[in-house]
Amino acid sequence: MKQGVIPDELTAPFWSAANESKLVIQNCSRCDRLQHPPAQDCGQCKSGENLEWKEMNGTGHIYNYGVVHDCPIRLLQDDQPFNVAVIMLDDDPGIQMYSHLPGTPVDDVPVGAAVEVVFEKSANGQKIPEWKVVN
Amino acid sequence: MATGYAPSSMYRSREGMGIWEHKGKVAAVGVGHSPTERRWDERPETSVGAWSIMALRNAIADAGVEPDHIDGIVIVPETTTGAFWPDDKPLPQDVINAFVQTDDPLDGVAKLSVEWLLKNMPELTNINYSVYAPVCMSNALNVAAQAVGDGLAHTVLVLKAWHNLEGRYYQGGQNAQDAIGGTSAIRSLWGAPACYGTALQFAEYCRKYGKDHDMMTPFIINSRRNGLMFPEGYWAQHRPEELTPEDYQLARWIAKPANLFDNDIPIMCAASYLFTTAERAKDMKQKPVYVLNHVDSDAVPRGLTPTLDEVEAECALTGRKIYEGAGITAADLSFENMYDGFTQFHQFHLEGLGYRGIGFGDALDFYQTDISIEGPNPVSPSGGNIGSGRSRFWMHTDSIQQLQGRAGGRQITGVNAEIGVSGGPMPLGGNYTVWSATPD
Repeated sequence: MKQGVIPDELTAPFWSAANESKLVIQNCSRCDRLQHPPAQDCGQCKSGENLEWKEMNGTGHIYNYGVVHDCPIRLLQDDQPFNVAVIMLDDDPGIQMYSHLPGTPVDDVPVGAAVEVVFEKSANGQKIPEWKVVN
Repeated sequence: MATGYAPSSMYRSREGMGIWEHKGKVAAVGVGHSPTERRWDERPETSVGAWSIMALRNAIADAGVEPDHIDGIVIVPETTTGAFWPDDKPLPQDVINAFVQTDDPLDGVAKLSVEWLLKNMPELTNINYSVYAPVCMSNALNVAAQAVGDGLAHTVLVLKAWHNLEGRYYQGGQNAQDAIGGTSAIRSLWGAPACYGTALQFAEYCRKYGKDHDMMTPFIINSRRNGLMFPEGYWAQHRPEELTPEDYQLARWIAKPANLFDNDIPIMCAASYLFTTAERAKDMKQKPVYVLNHVDSDAVPRGLTPTLDEVEAECALTGRKIYEGAGITAADLSFENMYDGFTQFHQFHLEGLGYRGIGFGDALDFYQTDISIEGPNPVSPSGGNIGSGRSRFWMHTDSIQQLQGRAGGRQITGVNAEIGVSGGPMPLGGNYTVWSATPD
């Protein structure tokens, strides 16, 4: 079980959207550039004036993965070993998200495979974006 | 005297800056270490503050200078290995009372300030320049070299110390909580341990170049061997155990493809160096080791974790900056002491340097050749963090000692020690120093 999430000012739109089963990513409208994790300023123009949240289409590909056998987070330790993959979004492959790849056997990860976003509940009910391999 | 962090203008971050304006005019002379310990036993005399004082005094004595000749100090104020003083744990009052304390009761216990050091080292009567460097000794060395070169101080102590408390690495704090803040959650909810990012880069590297984890074996064994000849190091002091190929290849995974021995062991320790002008260094007790250049890598990955492409591009850039500012080429390096704490990015540093002519994808094959201190291509003669525990400073001590001819059992013999490079930590975000036995 993933830890619960207490949204903060910076990330509240991301987590609110997740609770509505939507994936949004911070975007600088001036640079037309997505960034994740969100930040107070655009990583390119360094201004926070033009930051907004943009809905993604919810598809991506598996870029890479590792198998975690010694996890520092207490709530996840009963689930070891587990996959932690890096997903690159189809909207912009420069945007990465982590995933446990629910439904994919441990250490049998199809690198490069297409995935789609799903939302699963964490320990306090906050929904979390996750990713499943598209068959 | 208020102490702040070094300004960005002190770092050499860009390509095209030319030869460092102070090349050969700054030298390291003294080296001082504390003992090592796996974790703090909570006695005053083994605290991070006490061991910092010990390392500083050892460096002063090693250089053979009077304390009142020292006019500058550069330290890293962060001392954690990943262990933080628990909020609900009573303050260690007997330790606090054993020293002259600042307003912060954890000063000298789980962090370090210049103010605390100067209160507890009354012999340092003439410090008029002090500055903080973030995170690592590698960064502090860059700052100290630039400070001496710029004339901000003429004789400077550089210090990095580490505390390690009871309990497992990074298992407390927010990782033990049922819920965490939204910003942290975006990175940490999936439970990746510290080595995960490097393990990913290594996995991609192996796929791209057709390599595998077992090919790391000679590097690991070489590192432990060299570390066991480092009397200041943790494994030499506490667990003088050689590693076998089976030890490495059968070790438990942490984040596959990184196993236990691909990670360094967190320890308590402190080290200090004395930097001065090349002119003053001539009259000191040890042979000067001249700084030819220092380099900063300030690259930031676009995504959550650096891609292999980003790593290789940045390591290549770092290599070019190292050579450009020092006015040397890869062929001039007698040895390399790039960071290794995680093992699986050492090859990126080697390939970025073009060490012994290797390119991207070549290093694991290079590891199958003679990389020992006796051979023509010494790799990590310090043994690094893998050979002596997490300090991120063994490579600097070793580089200085190699060039002074006093590396003891680790002294490289297959090639003359004339120029070396050390630094780290990560391929994206590190600091590097080029050292030389001569000023030009």
